[in-house]
Amino acid sequence: MSELTDLSIEEIRQISVLTRIAMTEDELDVMRTQMSNILDSVAILNEVDTEGVEPTGHSVNIKSVMREDKRQDSLTQDETLLNAPQRDGSFIRIKAVLE
Amino acid sequence: MKSVNLETITIAEARRLLDNKEVSALELTKNYLERIKTFEKNIDAYVTVTEDRALEDANLADKRIGEGTQTNLTGIPMQLKDNICYSGIPTTCSSKMLENFVPPYDASISTYLKNENSVLLGKGNLDEFAMGSSTENSALKLTKNPWDTSRVPGGSSGGPAAAVAASECVFSLGSDTGGSIRQPASLCGVVGMKPTYGLVSRFGLVAFASSLDQIGPLTKSVEDSALVLQSIAGYDSRDSTSLDVKIPDYVSNLTTDLKGFRIGIPKEYFIEGISSGVEKSILDAIEVLKGLGADVKEVSLPHTKYALAVYYIIAPSEASANLARYDGVKYGFSEKNAETMWAGFENTRSNGFGPEVKRRIMLGAYALSAGYYDAYYLKAQKVRTLIRQEFEDVFKNVDVLAMPTSPTTAFKIGDKIDDPLQMYLNDIFTIPANIAGIPGISIPAGLVDGLPVGLQFMAGTLQETNLFKAAYAYEQATDWHNQTPSV
Repeated sequence: MSELTDLSIEEIRQISVLTRIAMTEDELDVMRTQMSNILDSVAILNEVDTEGVEPTGHSVNIKSVMREDKRQDSLTQDETLLNAPQRDGSFIRIKAVLE
Repeated sequence: MKSVNLETITIAEARRLLDNKEVSALELTKNYLERIKTFEKNIDAYVTVTEDRALEDANLADKRIGEGTQTNLTGIPMQLKDNICYSGIPTTCSSKMLENFVPPYDASISTYLKNENSVLLGKGNLDEFAMGSSTENSALKLTKNPWDTSRVPGGSSGGPAAAVAASECVFSLGSDTGGSIRQPASLCGVVGMKPTYGLVSRFGLVAFASSLDQIGPLTKSVEDSALVLQSIAGYDSRDSTSLDVKIPDYVSNLTTDLKGFRIGIPKEYFIEGISSGVEKSILDAIEVLKGLGADVKEVSLPHTKYALAVYYIIAPSEASANLARYDGVKYGFSEKNAETMWAGFENTRSNGFGPEVKRRIMLGAYALSAGYYDAYYLKAQKVRTLIRQEFEDVFKNVDVLAMPTSPTTAFKIGDKIDDPLQMYLNDIFTIPANIAGIPGISIPAGLVDGLPVGLQFMAGTLQETNLFKAAYAYEQATDWHNQTPSV
């Protein structure tokens, strides 16, 4: 990480697959340059001695929150499905998962 | 219709007018709707104007005032940033992905405001999914700075800041992940406040970076900021990071006496890259604070220079996880013509998200991926610990820190949009507060070439009372908050 970051097109292509964002070859190339530059700028963190330092996930101390197991009102099925792009009765319709 | 001078009206002033029956909530609301009609074509601060909702809210408020059961925000016309859900009203996040999304539920703070019978005027523009510092990343509107419409309002709460500055609402609520309330407040010459992480419920705020996001007020005065926070702060069981703490009376603790009050000036916030005009305004402000009796001393926060890098690992990492939910199946934009399920996801996300959102999702996915997790994400979390500890230590010796909010005044539309790294530097002075979870406020502290400068205060965890005290004393000793743009 101390040397200039030079991500390959293949690495960017792999991330676009992982994040499910379709990209053209030109878009991949722009992203390759921009991400390499951003990763260069964060390489400054290597200067910091973090030996023995615990990571911080949240700035507040979080405890697992439990509540009593009792019935509460919630959204109706109709309200929940209100924004579904393709609906079939009380179901959301999608393309076949298995071909 | 009775006409009201909206340019000078604060919540406190509107409350007095409403309670004395000098003006009704309906009249006040119609004044704002009229002003929005006149000025929106120049400013574009709103994604949606909710005229019908506003008139209905105003009638409910008048009924309540008639009964004498009003509270602080009853009948006050306000705006919500368009990443805060309000049942039945579109919540777009200024993204094509959510352009037609109508939430079937309220954010907790929307419920609080409804319970007080506040008046919803509409939803404010933002950088898509709150990712940006100029509001130019909005896929729906280009918001202009009311002080100079060739310049950006800052971001990501650019709509809320511009709306308050242009008096298109009395107050607005924004969200601040790395400075998204304070930086636009600075650039638009209004008061913007980010509370301690966990003080205000995030339930119903569309998630960007969950360990950093926090809702807070944009107002015309420090007193208004305290009033709004009073209404929205408090424990909420629907937000697992909500703090269960006693909420102090912020308003009654406002005072102009700073005798013995300890203010630290962190030398790392006066660095290369800060414009000379901004630096001079802040140094002048420090003299004012000394004049009010404050005990001002230089302090050092040496890890400050790493905060931006920590942020640009942590925020995209959390964003990549949070935004995985947008797949065109359950809600939001959907490319329906794809041949397979996978192609449907990929085309939906490719065409539904803008460039900055894609950049952050991909950067985050990279930082979290096998082989890089330790080098990037874990490293950033460890440096986060050091930044947090450094703030904890400094607040043993000072009550607040004072520094600039942003290194420059408002820049020209288009100037930085093609260079992400240049854009990220706008938040260099605001990001540390999000990393540490501490509260911060930006208040007007000068004009340079006719453009506002923001003075920022930060305080220790849950020390909002100290934050408001410093801000209020400075505000009352100066006239900057009374300057308004001629829109």
